[in-house]
Amino acid sequence: MSEGHSTYTPKTGIERWFDARMPLPRMVYDSFIAYPVPRNLNYAWTFGGILAIMLVAQILTGIVLAMHYTADTNLAFGSVEKIMRDVNSGWLLRYMHANGASFFFIAVYIHIFRGLYYGSYKAPRELLWILGCIIYLLMMATGFMGYVLPWGQMSFWGATVITGFFSAIPLVGDWIQQLLLGGFAVDNPTLNRFFALHYLLPFMIAGVVVLHVWALHVVGQSNPTGIEVKSKTDTVAFTPYATIKDAFGMIVFLFFFAYFVFYLPNYLGHPDNYTVANPLKTPAHIVPEWYFLPFYAILRAITFNIGPINSKLGGVLCMFGAIVMLFLVPWLDTSKVRSAVYRPWYKLFFWLFVADAILLGWLGSQPAEGSYVFMAQMATLFYFAFFLVALPVLGLIETPRRLPNSITEAVLEKNKGGSGHPAGATAAPETKG
Amino acid sequence: MKKILTSLALVGLVAAGTAAFAAEEAHNAAAPTHFPINEPKEMSWSFTGPFGTYDKAQLQRGLKVYKEVCSACHSMNLVAFRTLSDLGYNDAQIKTLAAEYTIHDGPNDAGDMFDRPGKPSDHFPAPFANEEAAAASNGGAAPPDMSLLAKARGVERGFPQFVFDIFTQYDAGGPDYIHSLLTGYDQTPPAGMVIPEGTHYNPYFMSGVSLKMPKPLSDGQVTYDDGSPQTVDQYSRDVSAFLTWAAEPHMEDRKKTGFRVLVFLLLFGALVYLTKRKVWEGVAH
Repeated sequence: MSEGHSTYTPKTGIERWFDARMPLPRMVYDSFIAYPVPRNLNYAWTFGGILAIMLVAQILTGIVLAMHYTADTNLAFGSVEKIMRDVNSGWLLRYMHANGASFFFIAVYIHIFRGLYYGSYKAPRELLWILGCIIYLLMMATGFMGYVLPWGQMSFWGATVITGFFSAIPLVGDWIQQLLLGGFAVDNPTLNRFFALHYLLPFMIAGVVVLHVWALHVVGQSNPTGIEVKSKTDTVAFTPYATIKDAFGMIVFLFFFAYFVFYLPNYLGHPDNYTVANPLKTPAHIVPEWYFLPFYAILRAITFNIGPINSKLGGVLCMFGAIVMLFLVPWLDTSKVRSAVYRPWYKLFFWLFVADAILLGWLGSQPAEGSYVFMAQMATLFYFAFFLVALPVLGLIETPRRLPNSITEAVLEKNKGGSGHPAGATAAPETKG
Repeated sequence: MKKILTSLALVGLVAAGTAAFAAEEAHNAAAPTHFPINEPKEMSWSFTGPFGTYDKAQLQRGLKVYKEVCSACHSMNLVAFRTLSDLGYNDAQIKTLAAEYTIHDGPNDAGDMFDRPGKPSDHFPAPFANEEAAAASNGGAAPPDMSLLAKARGVERGFPQFVFDIFTQYDAGGPDYIHSLLTGYDQTPPAGMVIPEGTHYNPYFMSGVSLKMPKPLSDGQVTYDDGSPQTVDQYSRDVSAFLTWAAEPHMEDRKKTGFRVLVFLLLFGALVYLTKRKVWEGVAH
């Protein structure tokens, strides 16, 4: 899709001056104005832009919060409350930041599922996908460390449990855990290094986002049909077409975000985190933030030893394995067809996988006892089966539906059929333009 | 589309099925395994909902209950006297109120610690010198600080209630819990239930069958001068509302700002949507 040559012509003297020295205006023009995007992108494709504004919002609110926050176990909790009570609009900044993390993850999950549904990871977009996976990993580390900073009960005990995973690694586990903690237990050195890293990682995310966007602009966007762009009629210019559509998607997303920030700011958090951390008092149920719950369920599903691997190490391996699966997706999927729109069986398994992920998330929030454990084991089994069995096997045995010859043909075919429903109204992703 | 709907229905079925399955697990009245035994009662509060505001008269009554009863054991370290202007008090009233308290301050120029009357910038002084002293005086369990209690308590709502809560904007988990707990004493435990020595049965307590705190309120204990009923139920409502304010003093501002933000996003969104339609007009997609 990248056309290899620029269509930018500097019009004013100052533009020509810049263009001859550092062609930044040319880069912006080529990347965000003339950049051709498939004409059939639906609203699922607006989440890239949404994620970009969420990252910026998190960094901006976070920097101001850091001006008022004190990373000291005796002062951290009180400094956060100072922000909530005495800093001008401090409550707004903190609620935006805390809920912003949740909505960042909501957006990234939709973005990832979009990629899985439409096969956006397939050649030549493997590297683009892997860079995305790296961003997701960095986001998880950032989110986890950020949750520790208010130094509430869940901060402390969540940090204790999660850093405890590392001690399961044979030989070097204890050493890694002590390095993370800066001691033998979660304490002041832990809080200090987590704060430093929580400030650093978002800028690393921003760096990888630049690579992600760079890779995107080399290979171009995929699209709901999964067919590569073949001619100029298949595309429209980024501005105004994608810009205005992205803007609308962002506003709708911000509406939901604002609803939570202003009306349900503590809905996605845990009440225990409004009690200051107490190393001598373990909460009844230690639960991580909601966006880690599926992985937490997988971790706790392994209650049995497998040969030399004990249940603790097994759980940790499965949990990290669940993320490793994502990195391998481009090579696990054997299908020649990208989009689930033309893959009836894959479509079914995709939605089962979505259901499975939601079920795992719910199980992660429940105590690991009784029937929950068995359900979590079955759901974990399906999780891995989706990647290791369904993705490779379906591609070989499934008969895909007939593919249109081009994006333009697909678009014209669709518009001929049903022009009854309004464009842009919320409908199923593949029926919407 | 059909597939998506079927799948979503499937998600619902699986989740509902598992929830029902879990609920079927054995329930023994004398030895319960899940707490609280009774779900908190949902009360009607002036501060819930998108236009919720604090009832200032109620907060003043709640403050009175806190001052005369709760503050004997519970600290409220994060709340400054100056913020009581939210309750409708003027500067002179706040000065008088603060001066009723003695604040341990210092060191002074001679290097000595000294006692002085409270100022509006002071916070409520704690009843005990430290957590150990608080625990020693209360049967080994330090009474929790009350500044954030209304946000630090809340019984898990479970499926599917937690989904409905998004639409009803249920944000009274804390005050509902505190009110239920305070009015939940005076009940006879089921036959055969073992109540540990020095604790008090309360089926609304979220961490066990009983708690160290004895029934703190009784009818007529606090005198109201606005004619409100002087009952345990009314005291409990008032102090729960007061604690909600103490935990979330900027709630009114938050909800008011939120309404403006949502209206703005709605209007701006509509304009952007119309622009989007205009831009894409004639472009098949």
